[in-house]
Amino acid sequence: MDVHANATDARLFDYLLRLGDNALVLCQRLGEWVGKGPVLEEDIASTNVGLDLLGQARLWLTYAGEVEARNGGQGRTEDQLAYFRESNEFRNLLLVEQPNGNYADTIARQFLFDQWHVLLLGQLTLSRDERVAGIAAKAVKEVRYHVERSSGWVIRLGDGTDVSHARMQSAIENLWMYTGEMFAADDTERFLIDAGIAADTRALEPHWQSSVNTVLEEATLAPPADRWMQGAKGRGGKQGVHTEHLSHLLADMQTLPRSYPDARW
Amino acid sequence: MDTTPAHDLSTRSTGIRGSDASSSMAAVWRALGTVVDPEIPFVSIVELGIVRDVARQANQWVITVTPTYSGCPATRVIEADIRQAVTASVGEVPHVVTVLAPAWTTDWIAPEALRKLHDAGIAPPGRAEASAADARPLRFTRAKPSVKCPNCGSFRTAELARFGSTACKAQYRCNDCLEPFDYFKPH
Repeated sequence: MDVHANATDARLFDYLLRLGDNALVLCQRLGEWVGKGPVLEEDIASTNVGLDLLGQARLWLTYAGEVEARNGGQGRTEDQLAYFRESNEFRNLLLVEQPNGNYADTIARQFLFDQWHVLLLGQLTLSRDERVAGIAAKAVKEVRYHVERSSGWVIRLGDGTDVSHARMQSAIENLWMYTGEMFAADDTERFLIDAGIAADTRALEPHWQSSVNTVLEEATLAPPADRWMQGAKGRGGKQGVHTEHLSHLLADMQTLPRSYPDARW
Repeated sequence: MDTTPAHDLSTRSTGIRGSDASSSMAAVWRALGTVVDPEIPFVSIVELGIVRDVARQANQWVITVTPTYSGCPATRVIEADIRQAVTASVGEVPHVVTVLAPAWTTDWIAPEALRKLHDAGIAPPGRAEASAADARPLRFTRAKPSVKCPNCGSFRTAELARFGSTACKAQYRCNDCLEPFDYFKPH
């Protein structure tokens, strides 16, 4: 195998983990609402959004394992990657691992992520890597629906009662510092952007900002002021430096396969 | 990228000569026509547009399928059902391949199946291409084509929830006959 292909594959593996782990970790969070959503319809909706994300996570992680194998690595399966990595090996954004909180917190997290995710996947449909482009084209159709739902709830809660307005505003404020990381490209991403494989997230920021602001305005919410952004300087979730919440989430998610490594289901 | 309709058998190469080939091919398609989506058990996977290709390669039947939604839990069951139905029909176990591109759309659902959905009380999807064009992620209740009530035919219907009994459906209610119903979302 030539040196250049190796260099690309090592980075592509990491990049695929970022895509897959975002979907996997957010799915796990949404699953925590099962059976205790605020209303039955929302219980079903958050689970269904989680299900779409789980399907996407499986596609990304399966491909990651294949890239790892062709690069001379272990070639782990989707399950090995999901269940047998430690928190510092996860590459998801800090935003998606944040706890569910109240329903406004859950909706704010989903909204800020969906608005980014839909733009990211839209760009990835043009990736030079056909497999990446194919998964993105499949996923973006699902995520378009997610973004409509979460935006609708931001508007409904923001422009709702005094209590729902205050909670929605505070949820957006509290999560805002985790959004900078979404637009910060590190060496791995820059290399893959130059190779035409990764999406240039830096270019997505003005579009994201504008869609987010339009919804916030409709929701009678104030856009948060500029602030210091967690993880945006290359030491965040994408590099495996996580908040304490991820380890708790993984302990819950991984307990069965770690306790019974031979279990089949 | 292969975008030809899945039903077009004319140009497929089978590796079996003459009329044997076309009769086996027809038998495989007939077998696939008996496999249903477990969540809508009156519509076959061929009518649903999930079967993208049938080919004879290296002495094996290769059935190419595509999932509806990435996380659709029915996918594994459908694959197992395909193996069983084809094996029972032609006496050999086929190879089932899953492809993602081009991504499945409700526009591939056969007209006959749209009628079956309606008859089963599920409002069939409108054109997905048209809905993607009007998508306005801003509003909670965005302007969208009215969905016809499968019970009384009224267009005075309203969305109750973005998701229904499965990922591919939303919950609606008819404001005339007051019946709730599922709407198969354009996708």
